[in-house]
Amino acid sequence: MTRKDLTLHLGLVALLFALHFILPAYHHGIFARVMVLAVYAIGYNIAFGYTGLLSLGHAMFFAAGMYGMGLVSYHFGVPALPAWVIGVACAAALAFVVGLLALRTQDVSFMIVTLMFAQAAYLIILYFSEVTRGDDGFVIPGALRAIGPFDLSDEGTRYIVAWILFSVALLFSLWLVRHPFGRVLVALRENEERARLLGYDTGRRKLASLVISGTISGAAGAAYAGLFGYVGGSFAGVQYSIFALLWVLLGGAGTVLGPFVGALFMFYLIDLATEVTEAYMLIAGVVLVLLTLFAPQGIVGEIRRRLWKDLP
Amino acid sequence: MDFGPYLMLAMLEGAVLAAVLALMASGLSLVFGVMRVVNVAHGEFYMLGAVMAWVVTQFLAGLGGGAAVNFIAAAVLAPLIVGAIAAAADVTILKRLDYDPERVIVATIGLLYVIQQATLMGYGPDAKPVVAPFNQRLALPWFEFGEDGFQMYYPWGLSTTSYKLFVIVAAVVLLFALRLFMTRSRAGLIMRATQLDRDMATAFGIPVEKVYALVFGAGAALAALAGVLIVPIQQAHYLMGGDALLLSFIVVIIGGLGSLAGTVVAAVIIGMSDGIISVFFTPTLAKIIATLAVALVLVFRPQGLFGVKTR
Repeated sequence: MTRKDLTLHLGLVALLFALHFILPAYHHGIFARVMVLAVYAIGYNIAFGYTGLLSLGHAMFFAAGMYGMGLVSYHFGVPALPAWVIGVACAAALAFVVGLLALRTQDVSFMIVTLMFAQAAYLIILYFSEVTRGDDGFVIPGALRAIGPFDLSDEGTRYIVAWILFSVALLFSLWLVRHPFGRVLVALRENEERARLLGYDTGRRKLASLVISGTISGAAGAAYAGLFGYVGGSFAGVQYSIFALLWVLLGGAGTVLGPFVGALFMFYLIDLATEVTEAYMLIAGVVLVLLTLFAPQGIVGEIRRRLWKDLP
Repeated sequence: MDFGPYLMLAMLEGAVLAAVLALMASGLSLVFGVMRVVNVAHGEFYMLGAVMAWVVTQFLAGLGGGAAVNFIAAAVLAPLIVGAIAAAADVTILKRLDYDPERVIVATIGLLYVIQQATLMGYGPDAKPVVAPFNQRLALPWFEFGEDGFQMYYPWGLSTTSYKLFVIVAAVVLLFALRLFMTRSRAGLIMRATQLDRDMATAFGIPVEKVYALVFGAGAALAALAGVLIVPIQQAHYLMGGDALLLSFIVVIIGGLGSLAGTVVAAVIIGMSDGIISVFFTPTLAKIIATLAVALVLVFRPQGLFGVKTR
């Protein structure tokens, strides 16, 4: 890890901390939300951007974290921090099981298998609506949404907790991709056959990558439940899987900063679009088509291509 | 109702679903077979077919046409319009991606939202009906060997409509026509040649890009036709493509990607079992079973239940 990399990423972390004191209330709220969603995208990026696993089912890991956390606090009154840990563990376990099965397939089949597993997970949430409250979802009681003396429903606390989670995820992903393990993942993406020939156990590395990816996505889901207090079926739908793909593609797949940049841009774009029309997802569709046609590298990817060759 | 007549009713509903599904999935299968790309926007072409059917019948009804004439016009025009839109999307988007499988998936996800949301803006969020050209209620008899010997009676509630029977017959005829077209006609021969070896086809002077645009258009037109057929039974709504897409994926995968015969067999299995499970349990449970089944088929038998290993 070079000093330049570290300066850039710590700079972003410091900037986001400074923004806590500067931003007006409305944008302050949006940034808190975007940071949590960016963690979800960072998780997705490890599988898709660095390992080349095009998954269309990451919403199930996000939802596993969210429901793991939400259900234990809603039904059993578990406080926020242990409930969050349970949520993360649920996502990790699900990613492990899905990985064992889905990684037997490749490319297009892998995409369809993950899509089908995620759809089944979504339908299971709807089917057991007595426990999960189905599509309507449920609200986590305010008394449980606290870590020690800090009340998570307070705007300031929420921002700082989201910032801590985001910073940890960002620096972890920077560390991972500069670590030899991360380099092997990139080798898998570029040429799996050659990586296997060099003696790497490609199956186990891909499984490890998917479990790390799913765990981080689940951590975001569990944090979302704790910070915003709402757990609902729509977060498990196929649209949320596609959002992760969209954010990462827009920001730049296989870049550390890409997921945050993509999530931020897209969030504001959709926020603007909802003011104009009910059909705000039109923007998402147009952006996806334009990205595949003209900028498959995404925003940060283009910067890397033109300006900064060894940006992580 | 007794169990027997109830099962018969479930199977009839399942057969209608199977017929529509077979048409739609063979469009998806055709595109995958010839072009080797997965079209995620396929469900939206089905939706667009249903919406176009509504538009055409509304327009003609304004001119004072009868229900049957309007419906026939919709059945001809809607697939043509949708096919033209799809062919245009192929030339402007897919061709420029050089039919790279993963990038085509991402682009067609984008296309899905563009079509769906544009429909929401132009057509509105409400479901709208199209009148069936004919819709007689047909009560069905049931046979029983009871204490009094052989008996035939009409159980209450066991009935179908002439239109539903027409959908089944129409789908069978269309699928036979498609099979004849692929195996006997010159255009079908060219498509199969392109499917087998794209480079060799180019070397023999086949305009591969034109074939691709036509195949993509034809696949979308098949989905649109399925949409036109279903719309008198189930109203046209801008979100109806999602479930249809999922079911066609399931059918195409179980049948073996790219095999038309397998697709039809799988459509019958999935349609019938979905109809029967939905009647006796809940539709959600039916879908959970189907999606998990298809994921496991792909994991453990990637060539599909009826496919043969090619590579």
